[in-house]
Amino acid sequence: MDSKDVFIAKRVAREFQDGDFVNLGIGIPTLVGNYIPEGVRVYFHSENGFTHIGPMPKVENEIDKDLINASDQYVTILPGGAFFDSAVSFGIIRGGHLDATVLGGLQVDQEGNLANWRMPGKKTVGMGGGMDLAAGAKKVIIAMEHTNKGIPKIVKKCTVPLTGIKCVDLIVTDMAVMAVTEQGLVLKEIAPKVTVEQVREATEAEFTVDPDLKVIEV
Amino acid sequence: MAKIISIEEAMDMIVDGMTIMIPGFWAIGSPEKLIDALVAKGVRNLTGIGISTALTTKGIGKLIANHQIKKFIGSYVGRNPATMEQMEAGELEVEFVPQGTLAERVRAAGFGLGGILTPTGLGTEIAAGKQVINVDGRDYLLEKPLRADVALVKACLADKAGNLVYRKAARNTNPLMAAAADITIVEAAKIVEIGEIDPDDVMTPGIFVDYLVQG
Repeated sequence: MDSKDVFIAKRVAREFQDGDFVNLGIGIPTLVGNYIPEGVRVYFHSENGFTHIGPMPKVENEIDKDLINASDQYVTILPGGAFFDSAVSFGIIRGGHLDATVLGGLQVDQEGNLANWRMPGKKTVGMGGGMDLAAGAKKVIIAMEHTNKGIPKIVKKCTVPLTGIKCVDLIVTDMAVMAVTEQGLVLKEIAPKVTVEQVREATEAEFTVDPDLKVIEV
Repeated sequence: MAKIISIEEAMDMIVDGMTIMIPGFWAIGSPEKLIDALVAKGVRNLTGIGISTALTTKGIGKLIANHQIKKFIGSYVGRNPATMEQMEAGELEVEFVPQGTLAERVRAAGFGLGGILTPTGLGTEIAAGKQVINVDGRDYLLEKPLRADVALVKACLADKAGNLVYRKAARNTNPLMAAAADITIVEAAKIVEIGEIDPDDVMTPGIFVDYLVQG
């Protein structure tokens, strides 16, 4: 059986279309890259300045000291990729050229507001490129556990500092997949062996249930 | 025409209280020799501008570990415990700027713009005190230019006219910062004669570069 994180990552990985350009945030989102279904080509954007992130080098002499991903790991670049400066990199992000981004979340509310960069009372490390990704990607997917040790993370209104307003399109958790729509949150899929009642108990936000509710396949 | 100088001559231009831009993403693309010389010189009360404070042993992070920076403007400080300690002790002020906004503020300074309009950060606490401007029905934050006294740039290749080439992910904010400071000093891994870099391959035109230091 998959861990919660792997379950979430596998479900998010099924969200992309062949040929999509995607940026993955840190944490659970980073795992998504490991589970892209066969036959779907997804090109990953690295905010430090290139597209077509390739696999990590397998042997020492394949390491290029000028080629890291945004998490400071040595990686490679696949054929078709390109390097660019930070203005271009964030122009790609802000300009709506990315088909999707996958970000973590501390809280998401029923209007699609996202909080994921700062928790009052804890050390603030900064938003990095998160606010730009939230503001600019065509589709913002939040990959997170449904609750924080039982405390709902999908809430009526975010109570911790926001990363972006009305930016979230889809929330994927260990219990559910929810879409943010003009009419509010819609429960689209639930995890195997989880009931709608259990999702309601673990969710503070109001949501409706899609008449065509499905079980999450990973 | 860029002037080739020694690291010592470069250091003579940097004094206490200056605002310094240092490129680098996890210090990839950071001018480590110039930074080491700055640590040795010990100038203090600097304002540092960069993507992150990197690590205590790499990039701009070395200046923080050595207590030379009083204010840092950038997007991320995790992974550098010295930054966190000095923030908590009230020794170091940090202005958090979203990474894409940082790039554009620096670009605006270098390219004669009075600011940029961005949707990034709208409705968040970083919008506090900033003007919101509506253009054709969409709101944007006005973000002002970010300029420095000195930019310390890292290139893998330079010619004696100051034309620069960067490698792979080491480019990041180098071309932007090269244009946004009163004095631009480049640490170049290799310096070649004029004509040896094809003008089509130049990533930063030499007009932005004041001094070259052999890296």
